[in-house]
Amino acid sequence: MAVRYMLGNEAIAHACVEANLDFASGYPGTPSSEVIDTLRRQDVRDFYIEWSVNEKVAFENALGAAWTGIRSLVTMKHVGLNVAADPLMTSAYTGVKGGFVILSADDPYAHSSQNEQDSRMYAHFARVPCLDPAGVQEAHDMMAAAFSLSEEFSIPVLFRPTTRICHSKSDVELGEVGKEHRKGNFEKDPRQYVVIPAHTRVLHKKLNEKQDAIAKRLVEIGYNKYEIRGKTGIVTSGIASEYVKEIVPDDVSIAKIGAYPIDEEWLAEFVSKHEKVLVVEECAPFVEEVVRQVACETRVHGKKDGCVPYEGELDPASTAAAFEKAGMLYDGNFPRDSSPVEGLPPRPPILCAGCGHRATFYAMKKVFGKKGIYPSDIGCYTLGLQLGAVDTTICMGASITVGSGIANSGEENPVVCTIGDSTFLHTGIQGLINAAYNNANMTVVILDNRITAMTGHQPNPNTGVTAMGDPSPSISLEALCRSCGISFVETIDPYDYVGTIEAFKRAKDTEGVKVIIARQPCVIEARRRGIKRRSFFVDTDACSGCGLCVKFGCPAIEFIDGKASVNALCSGCGVCAEICPQGAIRSEVKR
Amino acid sequence: MCGDLPAGCDKIGGEEMSRSYDLLIVGVGGQGTILASNIIGEACLAEGRKVRSAETHGMSQRGGSVETHIRIDGEFGPLISAGTADLIISFDLLEAVRYSHFLKDGGVIVSGKNIVVPTSTFQQGLEVPSCESLEAILSEIKYHIIDAESAAMEAGSLLSQNIVMLGAASHHLPLKEDSLLSAVKKLVPPKTIEINTKAFEIGVEKGNK
Ligand code: SF4
Ligand code: SF4
Repeated sequence: MAVRYMLGNEAIAHACVEANLDFASGYPGTPSSEVIDTLRRQDVRDFYIEWSVNEKVAFENALGAAWTGIRSLVTMKHVGLNVAADPLMTSAYTGVKGGFVILSADDPYAHSSQNEQDSRMYAHFARVPCLDPAGVQEAHDMMAAAFSLSEEFSIPVLFRPTTRICHSKSDVELGEVGKEHRKGNFEKDPRQYVVIPAHTRVLHKKLNEKQDAIAKRLVEIGYNKYEIRGKTGIVTSGIASEYVKEIVPDDVSIAKIGAYPIDEEWLAEFVSKHEKVLVVEECAPFVEEVVRQVACETRVHGKKDGCVPYEGELDPASTAAAFEKAGMLYDGNFPRDSSPVEGLPPRPPILCAGCGHRATFYAMKKVFGKKGIYPSDIGCYTLGLQLGAVDTTICMGASITVGSGIANSGEENPVVCTIGDSTFLHTGIQGLINAAYNNANMTVVILDNRITAMTGHQPNPNTGVTAMGDPSPSISLEALCRSCGISFVETIDPYDYVGTIEAFKRAKDTEGVKVIIARQPCVIEARRRGIKRRSFFVDTDACSGCGLCVKFGCPAIEFIDGKASVNALCSGCGVCAEICPQGAIRSEVKR
Repeated sequence: MCGDLPAGCDKIGGEEMSRSYDLLIVGVGGQGTILASNIIGEACLAEGRKVRSAETHGMSQRGGSVETHIRIDGEFGPLISAGTADLIISFDLLEAVRYSHFLKDGGVIVSGKNIVVPTSTFQQGLEVPSCESLEAILSEIKYHIIDAESAAMEAGSLLSQNIVMLGAASHHLPLKEDSLLSAVKKLVPPKTIEINTKAFEIGVEKGNK
């Protein structure tokens, strides 16, 4: 068995291969994307993989596959599980034949997400088991076991790593790659797979009857375990248990929860042996609520009495602070006065030099001005916030729907919403059909860079290639939009500044739903494909120092001593040259 | 029913706990912080030691501030708390200051000499801190400034600055220089092994001074 230094998501992917994975689908979402990306990169691949158009689609694909008896995996980020919640709830009833694992990666501290929701709640809601690994090695080991657990109880298993596991590296001991692949074979069984009321009532009872056995099994396997060492105890779960282990004194007991449902009798036994118990976990007070339920005489500390924060992620210092608030000692020294130096200029991520989105935003704002209302969506282009081009973002696909709601509210200012190609195909298209159907007066800009850029450049139906690397027909966004009954569908090249402005003006003067497709490949992807453009430079004598180009916000443009200059990041889009009123920015002559 | 604690927990009871050597590698997205951390991880493996790290992913390629936490001999979580790091390797002087509160008393910063000016300062007309003012903030701390740019030029490619910095910081890392250099050779693109070997060696030399 090999020991490797590996990313959590890579170790998880490897564990799937060890467990004879046959089928994987998913929709990219940080921090989950590298699982399927790693599976895609395997030299030998005797399993099927796909990037699906959204999480619900991915979930149902994988579920269908599991019904044929093969082992399948679906991956997404936590908010993706909201999209897939519908099939999740009922797949718990129908159960599965082949092992079916749902990976939903949580993001405490919302490093790259719109919220800090807790996937464990979904597992509880659906009554499916949930595995909650504490580190990279455990994530690997649990993933390998998740498939057998799913088959043992014929139930989907939720696997919930967090950002600090997915995007963490560690020495990991790997197992052998599995060689026993199965082939799908769907056996008809309407009482199992057709959830009409008469069937579903029976299935619901069966699901409920499984629960106790699952809870007991999770203790037997050792996912939930405790050690009594004193009169005070800690109950902890997921990665928080690592922070606890780092600082816990020898005379404090630990119960480590790695899986749900928790066997309540087992937990009550632990709790009752202590005068005081502190519950340390990230996200919701999920374990804490069970602890409070089973505690009789024991005092319980946790989020509900303010010892552990509700928001954000934990680390050794914040765990130590929780110990202290609960009146407990800890090992280690965490200085209190270590706060960041104030007054430094921030360095947020920004759109790449030459990103077509920036040019589209600029032209859009030029035409629709400060009064324009700009609902937007989720992708690299959410960074358009810095350019004043993003007024709303709530969830995938909500730019068009929020936009048509505002447009039909009586609001008189023009509504122009922006959505990326991948997000449009994810859940934007329904909103467009709805807006066209209900005669909204708005402009929909599809920022079409042919790829799902933000999560690491995964292909989508617009790219012309599948996750397996096979060519596929790329979708016609124009035809798709027209088929909704929209007559104003124009495609522009955002690098063509004048043409883009013209198109926005025409849209402004037209009633109804207008679609503008701003098409220009993502510069990172373009560079990978060998597209080269000459860089630009500023003729310092011609530059009047007006600073217009700086306001454009390209990271390749600097402003030093009252004059603009272009640095090495320039990718040669040429838009700044069109913006400059002095004509001072020019293309470098070929050397 | 009573279980015992999982592997790794057995360290808690009684026996002396070995403390990890904790460092941060910080910089601007695109400067190669992740490659540098992979090299340290690989060197740990070669020496049969445990290692934990946490990386900034996702938005990192878009020019944002990035941080990687690495815990050599770490066996618990990957995160390092403020005020407890032994070392900070920074590819940018502004980022060295931004993350300096992570350092423990007596910790060391090894930083590149230059700063990449954040685009936000041009857009919002913010003041760009000078290298002198940044060094002044660090004056209470033990720090070394490395001219990684000219060293990398000397090695043959500006892209090797991250390896120069790693070489310069190697004196503080509890890892053998050999293990680090072998890891460099293993992980950089094959065509650049020669340049990066040189970059590492120049870094080692500069770090000494
Ligand atoms: S990765 Fe592509 S889409 Fe994202 S900001 Fe960069 S150029 Fe734009
Ligand atoms: S041409 Fe101008 S706007 Fe385009 S990448 Fe270069 S500096 Fe930036």
